[in-house]
Amino acid sequence: MIITKQKPFQEILKSLEGETNIFLVGCSVCADECQTGGECATKELIETLKAEGKNVTGFAVINSPCHVLVTKKDLKPHREFIDKSDSILVTACGAGAQSVSEVIEKPVRPAVDTLFLGNVERHGHFYEHCSMCGECVIAFTDGICPITNCAKGLLNGPCGGMNKGKCEISTEDRPVDCAWVLIYERLKKLNHLDKFKNIQPAKNYSKHLKPDRLILERKK
Amino acid sequence: MNTLKNALETSKFIITAESGPPKGTDVNEMIHCVSLLKGKVDAVNVTDNQSSVMRLGSLGASKLILDQGLDPIYQLTCRDRNRLAIQSDLLSAWVLGIRNVLALTGDHPQAGDHKQAKPVFDIESVQLLQVINTLNRGTDMNGNQLKGKTAFVTGATVTPEADPIEPQLLKFEKKVKAGAQFFQTQAVYDTKKMEEFMKTARQFQVKIIAGILLLKSAKMARFLNKFVPGIRVTEDLINELEKSEKPLETGIQIAARQINELRSICDGVHIMAIGMEDKVPMILERSGI
Repeated sequence: MIITKQKPFQEILKSLEGETNIFLVGCSVCADECQTGGECATKELIETLKAEGKNVTGFAVINSPCHVLVTKKDLKPHREFIDKSDSILVTACGAGAQSVSEVIEKPVRPAVDTLFLGNVERHGHFYEHCSMCGECVIAFTDGICPITNCAKGLLNGPCGGMNKGKCEISTEDRPVDCAWVLIYERLKKLNHLDKFKNIQPAKNYSKHLKPDRLILERKK
Repeated sequence: MNTLKNALETSKFIITAESGPPKGTDVNEMIHCVSLLKGKVDAVNVTDNQSSVMRLGSLGASKLILDQGLDPIYQLTCRDRNRLAIQSDLLSAWVLGIRNVLALTGDHPQAGDHKQAKPVFDIESVQLLQVINTLNRGTDMNGNQLKGKTAFVTGATVTPEADPIEPQLLKFEKKVKAGAQFFQTQAVYDTKKMEEFMKTARQFQVKIIAGILLLKSAKMARFLNKFVPGIRVTEDLINELEKSEKPLETGIQIAARQINELRSICDGVHIMAIGMEDKVPMILERSGI
């Protein structure tokens, strides 16, 4: 799931400076789970905007706005209101926001910051464990990603910053376990400590060039 | 100027010290402190944006130390440079006459004064050791031939009092396998722990240089215990400093005593005086070395 967090309201307002008529686009999937872009959160934002004197021309909460064709289709019935708008404020992730800019010729303003690909540990608790690096390495750790769970993305063991099993950047407010201590414990438990001893080569960053793409071949 | 290499090749007890480049271009103090070490140490480590605080670079400072007639250990971290910059800087170091490199991963930028920086870590300490040895063999890390190769003496670090210790020891073995010839350890205050670590280390053909960090007060000792990973100043030492009327003087005595104790345990000591480099000669003198 793509994790988003609403921007500070003043920052949203600043991005809408000089724009009165605003149309909102939300997302009923990831952004709904993050309480940033579902129907509830979008309506709440509308009320706050109205209180600031903005004229909300309408809104649409799309099921997966990251899907360009779905976005195009779902926004069609709102064409008239979109045409009357100065800009589109999007409460979905950056991918959703850019689907909107691909199909609508109006300025797009983000209402959220897109944070990471997250696991939902429980309702409202999101954790990053995968950075979509383009070449998965978790086979040699028996299932824990060092690229993401280690603050430095180290591939060969803990750094000197590890302290009692915690990461160098761990604080009381934001505790972070040392990924390599977790990996060590897992490999030990699963009787695979020999895997720890293999030197892992430098990562090949050309496996993930920005902007990336994937086009599947059609099955005959 | 190969005093470190020469010391590593003999059974001499190795003495290294540390110099932190200034934040700025005024190098007078750094040069003054380093000049006091001449003839007393085998090499001087030059830290690389230590604690992720932006300073004069370790490459430039290493060259200045070389010009003072001392053998620098050029500390190179992976925090601020990708693999192109690292290899390129290593070639630059070699042509400037720098002969020793200490391969480090580097502290996270969150520790320093530019927290907004993008952490690089394109490669890390184990891979960096491999890279240095690849340059020593005459190719870059992608196997492309070099016009003129390097012959660096390569070092690495280890934390003998890491908690838990097992993953640290496994990484130590990897660093040996990757070509580290010598190790400089995080500061150790418990010689028993050092003896314990040496049981692992002695299985390998590498030199172990124990870290000595000069304690200036009981307050500093407590700060180290609380905030610096892998450092454990024992309660006995903290009490000794607390009771002392001249804590710095006591700290110097402690360092000298430790050096003496470590003589029979490991291959050398690395003295980190942090801003008190002028006390290093006194520490050495009192240690009886």
